[in-house]
Amino acid sequence: MRDAEKKVVIVDGQEIPLEGEKNILEVAKKADIDIPTFCYHSDLSVYGACRMCLVEVEGRGLMPSCSTPPEPGMVIHTNTARVLAARKMIVELYLANHDRDCTVCERNLNCRLQEMASRMGITRVRFGERTEKDPKDDSTFALVRDPNRCILCGDCVRACREIEGIGIYDFTHRGARARVEPAFGKKLSEVECVYCGQCAIRCPTAALVVKSEVDAAWKAVLDPEKFVVAQIAPAVRVAIGEAFGLPPGEITTGKIVAALKKIGFDRVYDTSFSADLVVIEEAEEFFRRLQSNSRLPQFTSCCPSWVVFAERNYPFYLEHLSSVRSPQQVFGSVIRNFVSQMEDVPNERLVSVSIMPCVAKKFEARRAEYVHDGTPDVDIVLSAQETIKMIKMANIDFRELDPIPFDTPLSAGSGAGVLFGVTGGVTEAVLRYAYERLTGKELREVEFKTVRGFESVREAEVDFDGRPVRVAIVHGLAHAQRLIQEVREGKRSYDFIEVMNCPGGCIGGGGMPLAYPDYQTVLKKRAEGLYNADRLSPVRKAQDNPAVKLLYERWLKHPGSELAERYLHTHYYSRRRISNEVIRIQEAKSSRKVDVAVCVGTSCYLKGSYNILQRLLKMAKEYGVEDRISVGATFCLERCAKGPNIRINEEIVSGVGEEHLKEIFENLILPRLQEVH
Amino acid sequence: MERLEPEVALGRSFEKVNAILEKHGYDSANLIAILQEIQEEYRYLPEEILTYVATALRVSPAYVYGVATFYAQFSLKPKGRHIIRVCDGTACHVKGSEKVLRAVREYLGLREGENTTPDLLFTVETVACIGACALAPVMAVDNEVFGPMDEERARQIIEEIEKRSEVS
Repeated sequence: MRDAEKKVVIVDGQEIPLEGEKNILEVAKKADIDIPTFCYHSDLSVYGACRMCLVEVEGRGLMPSCSTPPEPGMVIHTNTARVLAARKMIVELYLANHDRDCTVCERNLNCRLQEMASRMGITRVRFGERTEKDPKDDSTFALVRDPNRCILCGDCVRACREIEGIGIYDFTHRGARARVEPAFGKKLSEVECVYCGQCAIRCPTAALVVKSEVDAAWKAVLDPEKFVVAQIAPAVRVAIGEAFGLPPGEITTGKIVAALKKIGFDRVYDTSFSADLVVIEEAEEFFRRLQSNSRLPQFTSCCPSWVVFAERNYPFYLEHLSSVRSPQQVFGSVIRNFVSQMEDVPNERLVSVSIMPCVAKKFEARRAEYVHDGTPDVDIVLSAQETIKMIKMANIDFRELDPIPFDTPLSAGSGAGVLFGVTGGVTEAVLRYAYERLTGKELREVEFKTVRGFESVREAEVDFDGRPVRVAIVHGLAHAQRLIQEVREGKRSYDFIEVMNCPGGCIGGGGMPLAYPDYQTVLKKRAEGLYNADRLSPVRKAQDNPAVKLLYERWLKHPGSELAERYLHTHYYSRRRISNEVIRIQEAKSSRKVDVAVCVGTSCYLKGSYNILQRLLKMAKEYGVEDRISVGATFCLERCAKGPNIRINEEIVSGVGEEHLKEIFENLILPRLQEVH
Repeated sequence: MERLEPEVALGRSFEKVNAILEKHGYDSANLIAILQEIQEEYRYLPEEILTYVATALRVSPAYVYGVATFYAQFSLKPKGRHIIRVCDGTACHVKGSEKVLRAVREYLGLREGENTTPDLLFTVETVACIGACALAPVMAVDNEVFGPMDEERARQIIEEIEKRSEVS
């Protein structure tokens, strides 16, 4: 028991000290052994389903290294004949259920399964191929789900449930029929998907991929009639290099601009510039709310996944969201309404492309508020992944490119705008503006270190001209939900809350280059990269950006102006979480009838709509019209803030209480029954 | 033959769903029991009701759907009032259960891939073994086991049930 006393284990004959590692996988890393895994992600719960990480432990046999804690004295072998045979068999079995058309796959050369097959030395699969094919789901603008490439590792199930607290996927059916899919086999567009792509970035195969707009982008840049304008989001500048062998966090802004110019983009702008506009508009909005002490806490609205989540779940907070559009949409508006005039290009010829770390931006760009007369402000949204693909398709030697600056006069954003790409960045950028605006003094120490970091929730208190202002920063919707619950219960209180859907903020976006296995380290390096980019910026505050001043002078007049309201702000709507049929409860037997549906969606349900339904059925009997009223329970009439809602034929009545039912019967139901006589 | 009026059944049942949820304290740990009782009521698990259950228990619809599809006892398609189980275990298979099954399906006019009659009176299933091999081939209707079966007897049994349903 000498080894046990020394708290060491033996990995492949090498003595390794134990220093609090959670599993054998981590211990093996110290012995320079990278045990293959599919379903292990350090930021998700340990699932132990894929069995790729089997090792042989003396006296115990084959054990999954991800879910086996190391014990002093353990003797572990990672490459015995038994282990190799087992792993090989596992990969072969995966391949038996998986499409094998690698050459035409979205994830060709970027696939964990492909990599494992290669690492296990598999040159032949002894099993036949599956002949039955399930349909692909490309119902959303953001993601494509191909069940034929799913290996049932459950990474997406856990990512959606644990990081976002939503859980649109689960394991369904069992045995040979087992699937991972949304409820009732519905499409992503019919369930609560917020289009963030945290599932896709963890998917080891191409079962979940970003929906590609590469073809549309090529078509635009190759068309000499089109004037193609690109904007580049902050986060992508510290990640695109990863695909070309540069370290994560290396700032490649100039190279990206150069690559896009080579591809054929006519103008390349910086989304950090529109982020600066967002800072000013959002801060001014915040001051107005502080003064009137209304609609606080103010929530940020840059993150499209958070916005759509709020629209579905927090109808009572929609007024609290900042009305400022996201930087993508602000720039989209600037391109359509200002750049087109500045460059003297009619909007029919102008194609607006944004290059984003995000998949939900694809959804955001198609929101009805941002499409005017059939023309969206932003025509094409390319994720970092798609941009990398285009650079590769154009045969550009990215590493060797000489950097080129952004186009003028809407040139680079300030360092504050660049910070939008990392959690806490929006808050820091707003604070840099707010301090000077409220104190009239110059801010010398611009870095607010308290709002930086990766803790899921961070808080700070800042003195605003004598009034203490409490801010909170949260990333990951699961954490955001817990925080908001506590705010609603009065356990926490803030004036300003920054919410980002993705862990780390946009640097962890679903459209970023895949980073495996050490995702957490990569995120931290990307964050460092953005902080460096800020530090290197000649201008570090939004209000000091000369291009921003120019835009206000030449176009918008002043922050919060009527023009700014029209072009830079928006509003939000309640949305349903899942599409579903009405639950039919009572069917009218007479053809002279009224249809009544009571909403039992989450918001109305919590406000007691079931009791209203019961009372309504009872009263129908009392009035003697039960055979002439069809009653149903419906799932969301998209007026959540005003619930409980009921629908009478086509008319929606909101804010219904049991005490109103008499009035509703006498004024809205009974007269309708008489009309048809 | 009695025609079910699903709408009327639904009205009563929805009230029952709420009673079931209440009885189980709106606790998602009791999901399987809740689904069993709901299926007892509706004879299957309608999609809208599962979504409603997810709402009331504050879990995702996908989670409820996952549990509902995992267990063979749950059905997401409407089932008939009477469940006919034709045994296709080894003993019954050898003794000609296939013929019995074909006769039953033909008599009820079930098409390929269809297991429930349009009037929702009968659902036909096969089971691996009922444990009455001495009577092979056997057939069970609801909780009553009949055997040994041939095509003619199977038809008679179903006819009788149809008659009883008309009377009631």
